[in-house]
Amino acid sequence: MIPNKFDYHRATSVDEAIRLMAQHGMDAKLLAGGHSLLPAMKLRLNQPGVLVDIGRLAELRYIKKEGDSLVIGAGATHDDIANSDMARSTLSMLSEAANLIGDVQVRNKGTLGGSLAHADPAADWPAVMIAAHANIELRGPNGSRTVSADDFFTGFYMTALAEDEIITAIRIPAPPKGTHSSYQKFMQPASRFAIVGCAASVTKDGGVCQKVSVALTGLSDTAFRASNVEAALTGKKLTKENIAAAAQAAGEGVMAMGDHFASEEYRLHLAKVFAKRALMAAAE
Amino acid sequence: MATTIQVTVNGKAYSHDVDPRTLLVQYLRDVLGLTGTHVGCDTSNCGACTILVDGKAVKSCTMLAVQADGSEVKTIEGMADNGTLHPLQEGFREEHGLQCGFCTPGMIMTSADLLERNPNPTEHEIREALEGNFCRCTGYHNIVKSVQYAAKKISNQEKVA
Ligand SMILES: Cc1cc2nc3c(=O)[nH]c(=O)nc-3n(C[C@H](O)[C@H](O)[C@H](O)COP(=O)(O)OP(=O)(O)OC[C@H]3O[C@@H](n4cnc5c(N)ncnc54)[C@H](O)[C@@H]3O)c2cc1C
Ligand code: FES
Ligand code: FES
Repeated sequence: MIPNKFDYHRATSVDEAIRLMAQHGMDAKLLAGGHSLLPAMKLRLNQPGVLVDIGRLAELRYIKKEGDSLVIGAGATHDDIANSDMARSTLSMLSEAANLIGDVQVRNKGTLGGSLAHADPAADWPAVMIAAHANIELRGPNGSRTVSADDFFTGFYMTALAEDEIITAIRIPAPPKGTHSSYQKFMQPASRFAIVGCAASVTKDGGVCQKVSVALTGLSDTAFRASNVEAALTGKKLTKENIAAAAQAAGEGVMAMGDHFASEEYRLHLAKVFAKRALMAAAE
Repeated sequence: MATTIQVTVNGKAYSHDVDPRTLLVQYLRDVLGLTGTHVGCDTSNCGACTILVDGKAVKSCTMLAVQADGSEVKTIEGMADNGTLHPLQEGFREEHGLQCGFCTPGMIMTSADLLERNPNPTEHEIREALEGNFCRCTGYHNIVKSVQYAAKKISNQEKVA
């Protein structure tokens, strides 16, 4: 049951949604898949007076190649991405992560844009998008802009998104030749959210790590790039020992969260374990 | 402010004015009287409220009725064909896939989504697909067998047809 009343508008285009959001101001919220917002409204954690539904906009729901980039519309569902060969062949961590989100019912409704905008500290997509060097495209009443995933997540459920802006697309540059990726997570057994998740992408040439991109989620208030792990592995031979040594840097200097599922200490331990697993899988 | 919605439920077209905060499951149960869809948790976790919206399994406690405007909805009441049980319903009966039966409508609707995508799932794939559906009674083994029964029956029917 949703205790508070609200008005509902179904937008027929992104431009109309932006107009409606501007018109209703702080009282309005966008509704995409509803799989974070509706549960929050049931708990009165969120009490918008107006919902602007963008969940049916075909212009936001696509996965395509543009030049060398993979472009995913903000309205693509987790299930759309899980089943996309284009996503899998660009970076397999995209389909791995999509398949690990919640359950099939959640994946059928929840969207990539909704997950990024919500910025749950335990969400999977933020880490994957940082590791993929994704750019997040935003549109508001004053036009469009692009924010890199590295700069998008600013804190606990906080992002660079302005109140009146909509995420329209996520653009992922083609990874260099010889790149493989993996997403590995230790999941909360009931919700399947990440207690700790690690996304890693490794570019290999003759057994040597040319380039590596690693991001962690679940550990602290927001997903982040594990630069120290990247620095420890770049230019090294991709041996088991070197990977294990680099993974030891995961979570170093981070203020970890603790809750009744996993203490700070345990999360920091898991960060190393899952960084190693993701790197091992990506380096195969 | 009430919003007018048009939905097709189990093949029948309906039009109603609803308060936007009405959950789809409340609309099905309280307005249409289709009480086969159950509410177990109302927190998006148990899967008892699962129905098909435009052919995909969704938790109807985590969707507004207004979001379903223009959609085709299928509930457990729409599974039997003129009194003949759907192979999934038959499977749950034959393989003892239910005890109290509270989770069963949701189990069947999620399994219907699975068999649509993957007519011949492995045991592991069935267990994965039912990740979001909780059963407090059966221990799941017989539920898996029930889905296997249905998959087999449907593939045999298709061979005959
Ligand atoms: C049982 C359950 C299990 C889950 N398990 C996982 C899991 O394992 N891993 C995981 O990562 N997530 C998980 N989730 C969350 C799920 O992935 C959500 O789908 C996602 O977080 C939000 O996407 P949505 O489309 O449902 O957004 P909504 O709930 O509709 O919106 C969420 C927020 O984003 C805003 N928003 C939506 N779209 C846009 C847009 N295009 N531009 C700007 N703002 C926008 C909304 O205004 C709202 O504030 C789970 C959810 C449930 C209910
Ligand atoms: S009642 Fe909807 S998931 Fe439990
Ligand atoms: S049969 Fe009782 S909950 Fe499943």
